[in-house]
Amino acid sequence: MAENHSMNGTAPRGERPGAADLLLVGQPNVGKSVLFSRLTGVRTIASNYPGTTVGYASGSMRFGAESYTVVDAPGTYSLEPLDEAARVAIDLIDGATRIVNVVDATHLERHLPLTLELIAQGKPMVVALNMSDEARHLGIEIRVDALEERLGVPVVATVARTGEGVVRLIGTALSLEIPEPSARDERDHPVHHPHVPHHHAGEQAKGHEHIAEDRVWSRVGEIVDEVQVLHHHHHTFAQRLEDASVHPVIGGLFAILVLAAAFSVVRLIGEFLVSGGVGIAGEPWFHLPFGMEPLFDAAWRPVVSRISEALGGGGFLHHVLIGNLIDGRIDFTQSFGILTTGLFIPLGVVLPYIFSFYLVLSLLEDTGYLPRLAVFLDNGMHRLGLHGYAIVPTLLGLGCNVPGIMATRILENRRQRFITATLISIAVPCAALQAMIVGLVGARGLWAVALVYGILFAAWIVIGVILRIATRGFLPELLIEIPPYRVPSFSALASKMWMRVGGFLREALPIVLGAILVVNVLYQANIFHYIADAAAGFVNALWGLPKEAIVPLLMGILRKEMGAGMFAPLALTTKQLVSGCVILSMFFPCVATFVVLLRELGWRDTFKATLIMLAAVVAVGGAVNLIWP
Amino acid sequence: MIEKTVAELSPGEEGTIVSLGGGPGAQARLRALGLAEGRHVRNVSRIAWGGPIILLVNRAQVAVGRGMARKIVVRVKIHRAEKNG
Repeated sequence: MAENHSMNGTAPRGERPGAADLLLVGQPNVGKSVLFSRLTGVRTIASNYPGTTVGYASGSMRFGAESYTVVDAPGTYSLEPLDEAARVAIDLIDGATRIVNVVDATHLERHLPLTLELIAQGKPMVVALNMSDEARHLGIEIRVDALEERLGVPVVATVARTGEGVVRLIGTALSLEIPEPSARDERDHPVHHPHVPHHHAGEQAKGHEHIAEDRVWSRVGEIVDEVQVLHHHHHTFAQRLEDASVHPVIGGLFAILVLAAAFSVVRLIGEFLVSGGVGIAGEPWFHLPFGMEPLFDAAWRPVVSRISEALGGGGFLHHVLIGNLIDGRIDFTQSFGILTTGLFIPLGVVLPYIFSFYLVLSLLEDTGYLPRLAVFLDNGMHRLGLHGYAIVPTLLGLGCNVPGIMATRILENRRQRFITATLISIAVPCAALQAMIVGLVGARGLWAVALVYGILFAAWIVIGVILRIATRGFLPELLIEIPPYRVPSFSALASKMWMRVGGFLREALPIVLGAILVVNVLYQANIFHYIADAAAGFVNALWGLPKEAIVPLLMGILRKEMGAGMFAPLALTTKQLVSGCVILSMFFPCVATFVVLLRELGWRDTFKATLIMLAAVVAVGGAVNLIWP
Repeated sequence: MIEKTVAELSPGEEGTIVSLGGGPGAQARLRALGLAEGRHVRNVSRIAWGGPIILLVNRAQVAVGRGMARKIVVRVKIHRAEKNG
């Protein structure tokens, strides 16, 4: 969806980026992306966990009469090329004119080693002492002038979330003296900064010399002792909550509670937005004249009914635009015209669930809960050849497989990325498909929905175990910082929701409408009959599905929710509907997912993932057909 | 003073890191998160069944897988009661 594209900025991954006038560099989760959005107006996804920005983003900023290119480097702990993020950052630093090093004022000692490494690069640089409001709140006082003197580069206290200090930061950065192009290659020449007299240019004057690891830490210790004053402060409620949420017993129970609450809230909000009522399928506890279903009935039905009459209730154009009349009436789920089902599936059924899913996910992300969940799932996920942090891309995949697979870049090695991405593409249904499953299968009873989820979850585990055994390689252990709990900012949340929900509308709506057009035209031309007839025997014998279910399975490759929507008019038995939805989820991922899989894994591993997918869908679909009488 | 690994610290127990095991890559990742020689750490939690260890270092929580935690050696002050007994 939308977020991946903006995450990647303007240049595709792997290509050498253009020169940045201003490059934001810092460790993960220091608020670089928030600062970047503030400077450029380019919306990026920022969350309270390390590794949100996996590529880099690029945008332009106006300051005074000039325009500048601003680049947000992926968060990196050091300039040692240990991982993909660090390699990208090093490349970007090479091409940058000025560096803004964003550090977390609440944990200065952990961020200064990178700052020292950056200073040693000899580029014009300014340090943004970010989250300085949080530091004040925690009783941490940092003497900015003393820090400037020790580092030899200007330091500006900022709060990216509110914009405090940002104008001063940019003013300072742009007034940095840029060395002559010829001097740029001679890194051992110290760069003089206008704000700092030459004899004070402490660390910077040491230039490019290699800094030994232990000396860095002692130097950082000295600097911190000198510039930081800690005031006594009582344990805040948030800190107590932080300790409790990683407690082996309390934290475990809390994790179960959070997951159960998250799934229930997604369903309740989704159902309410669809129908205006909330309750067990078909028997709402209350009903309000609200929701997409009542809206379609009241506002859109009269319009399409008139069009249907004008077209004479039949014929080619009627078939394409309105579809089939069910009992002489337009049925928004079954008629299957562009203007009826084509609009109703994405807007009336899927959009409400996309909204509620991303609302809950964004809250989990912004409060900082996800890394805590990773801690409790770590043990179990080792059985799948993964560690706990792989839950983050997997949860994103429950919204849309595309950003989920892109987020596998936060995992350390290729084996983990392959297993996680393959599992997402096979056994993790996206929110659009889930909305259809809840709607269609839910009409047969809640147990049937639970069965679809149960089968997919079992498949996720079994395929994961097989992949762990079948793939060779090292499994790095979990090693993550756990961010402090934060109260989500409403504007950040709103902007993120707008990007994600808007991304769905921009990308899904045209595909669904276009695909229904193609399907309706091809149906008229009888082309599908040949395909369906050819595969009918196989599909019926193996999966127990009628030949009419073949076209929906194939159309699912365009958009999964559309494939599921095509099951609606088929009069399938509950068994056929359940196994149809499972097979639709597992069978070839949608085109968008396939493209991103190819880009992230390369053709060789995508081919392997595809073979695994085919074996899995044959086995799981066959097993359901055999076991269920 | 005794030495043990952070995996052996009971929750609430504190120590000072004296050495890091593992390869250079693993050591660099640990140091980047503040788990370096000379640093003071406290065990916040130990997740059951061989799960990760949660350490407090520089007032920040870091989750470390059990195997990696076994390679971080800390020096722990012995309590008076233990010395006498």
